[in-house]
Amino acid sequence: MVEMVSRPYASAFESYATANPDVLCLSADLTSSCEIDGFRDRHPDQFISLGMAEQNMMSFAGGLGLAGYRPFLHSFGVFLYRRPYDQLIASVAYPRRKVRLMGFLPGITTPGGMTHQSIEDVAVMRSIPNMTILETGDATEVESICEAADSIDGPVYCRVLRGSIPRLFDTPIKVGQMRELALGEDILVITSGIATEEALRARSALEKSGVSIRHLHINTIKPFGEEALLDHIGSVSKGVVVLENHVTEGGIGSLVAEIMADNGVGKKLVRLGLRDTFAHGGSRAYLMGHYGLDAAALVAGIEKLLGSKTGITEEQLTSTRIDAVHSAVKAEAL
Amino acid sequence: MQNSKTTEAVAAGIRKRVFEHAMRNNGGYLSQACSAAEQLAFLYNEALTLGDPTLPAIPKPFGGVPSATNPEYHTGAGYNGPFEPQFDRLFIAPAHYALVAYATLIEVGRMDAKGLEMFNQDGSSVEMIGAEHSPGMEVHNGTLGIGFSTGAGLAFGRKRRGETGDVCVFMSDGEVQEGQTWEAVQAAAHHQIDNLWALMDVNDQQCDGAMDSVMEVGDIAAKFRNFGAVCVEIDAHDLDALREAKQTPHEGKPLIILARSSPTQGMEFLRRRFPRLHYVRFKSQEERAEMNISIAAELGIDPVDLTDGGH
Repeated sequence: MVEMVSRPYASAFESYATANPDVLCLSADLTSSCEIDGFRDRHPDQFISLGMAEQNMMSFAGGLGLAGYRPFLHSFGVFLYRRPYDQLIASVAYPRRKVRLMGFLPGITTPGGMTHQSIEDVAVMRSIPNMTILETGDATEVESICEAADSIDGPVYCRVLRGSIPRLFDTPIKVGQMRELALGEDILVITSGIATEEALRARSALEKSGVSIRHLHINTIKPFGEEALLDHIGSVSKGVVVLENHVTEGGIGSLVAEIMADNGVGKKLVRLGLRDTFAHGGSRAYLMGHYGLDAAALVAGIEKLLGSKTGITEEQLTSTRIDAVHSAVKAEAL
Repeated sequence: MQNSKTTEAVAAGIRKRVFEHAMRNNGGYLSQACSAAEQLAFLYNEALTLGDPTLPAIPKPFGGVPSATNPEYHTGAGYNGPFEPQFDRLFIAPAHYALVAYATLIEVGRMDAKGLEMFNQDGSSVEMIGAEHSPGMEVHNGTLGIGFSTGAGLAFGRKRRGETGDVCVFMSDGEVQEGQTWEAVQAAAHHQIDNLWALMDVNDQQCDGAMDSVMEVGDIAAKFRNFGAVCVEIDAHDLDALREAKQTPHEGKPLIILARSSPTQGMEFLRRRFPRLHYVRFKSQEERAEMNISIAAELGIDPVDLTDGGH
């Protein structure tokens, strides 16, 4: 079975920050929630508590950037762009400060409901000039997110997973490089973040029912090189399905649609995610099922694209194992 | 740089230049020159330790916004001297004071007078609302309330690096209506950021008119002290008071100097426009001519030649 890793960000950040003295750890009263409480206790000189005041934290970080520091801002994703959006633009994005926005609890990974769920963050960040967007989808990506983010010459927003996280990959994030997880010929499935685990869950059932899947995992959402994507789209016969933990407007589905339209790609595209709706508070499994973000939703999307039923049942999907990254059928075998 | 003028003369020069510019261009930010002339003159001519300018006296045209594909981009900070540890930094938080700030740069020899002729011209870096790339501007502040936060972050970083230069934020009193200002003061106090000080032009005016009619802010000195700053109140037009205020000890705390000013100081003719003083436009050519003669007399200068080719 897949390995589960507990709180990978905590140790990854501590290792990275202690080796890079110009990295500063900023927190807005969500220190243990963002897994940096240990860092605060062991490295108080590198930790700056800015209280429940995100607008000031954002501009303050811009000032630290001007002084040559590379502040890592820790909060829930929503609190890094909704309330301090003006400060994000004027103090960070415009002057290209090396500010690293570590946004925890992306999309519906929190039971906190609307106020806590960053469901449109990718759309917002994609529209900001100078911004880079990274998203983590497994423990290895969380472990490598600090180094990846800190390699960016400018501001970067990261969707970071916390808590107990499956290890799906055994290589760190390479900024700008998508992961090719399967190279089938019928349908191209594109996923990011927690949606990738769902797609892995659906894939073996799909393959058993005779659907050949090509599967890409995206960890660099902006900037996005379209050449590789176009090659993959050209390699499948039936069309493209995108599943993301985000609204279907402005996220990766929109990104793929734009690239297909810009290049005159006449293939079908099914975009799966939150469909122009806010979510509410509940468990992650419940929310993924309720809002159509899970493996079953992906199968349904593929059936829509095929115009026929696969015969795959919910039971098949819930019983499907995800194999450990180092097993013979590991995710990156291809 | 050596001071070649008295601070009084710099302040008089600021009012004169802003007045002449407003006359020729059918209006402008006159009241900001009235209220802030002594403050900006004091900052550039006395209070701040700044190196020689690193940018040309005649400003370059707009050179594009910051981007990965614009490696030549630079801010207007070079007019305040190089980023070296011993030098102070200055943020002009109310970016609509840009005209007054540009006039100051000219008066203290950091910019050529031709710079003001580029004001608000298409393709110029000498923008109406001071941008990050405008002369003397170091960061974007056009969205009011972000300046003190940015200054606090920079000051924290400079102190951490052991740099001796201070960070000064020139502020306007309208900014105290923004919540971020208070977030910034409490953070600066909590982190004992004492290489940070602010000079606030308290002219009781904002865009819609007198502040009391728009949103009462109460006793802001008491509020700043309660949020952890050292705060002193002085007459903005009294240079000795400014000098004394700057010497106020503020170990472990930011210093905020409230400079209570008159939005018509030196141009009392503008009283006729009270309380709509944020941006003065002429209602008629007759008014323009009358203002030209009256204010020029107050400033002790000749009226501006407003005939064609009179520039």
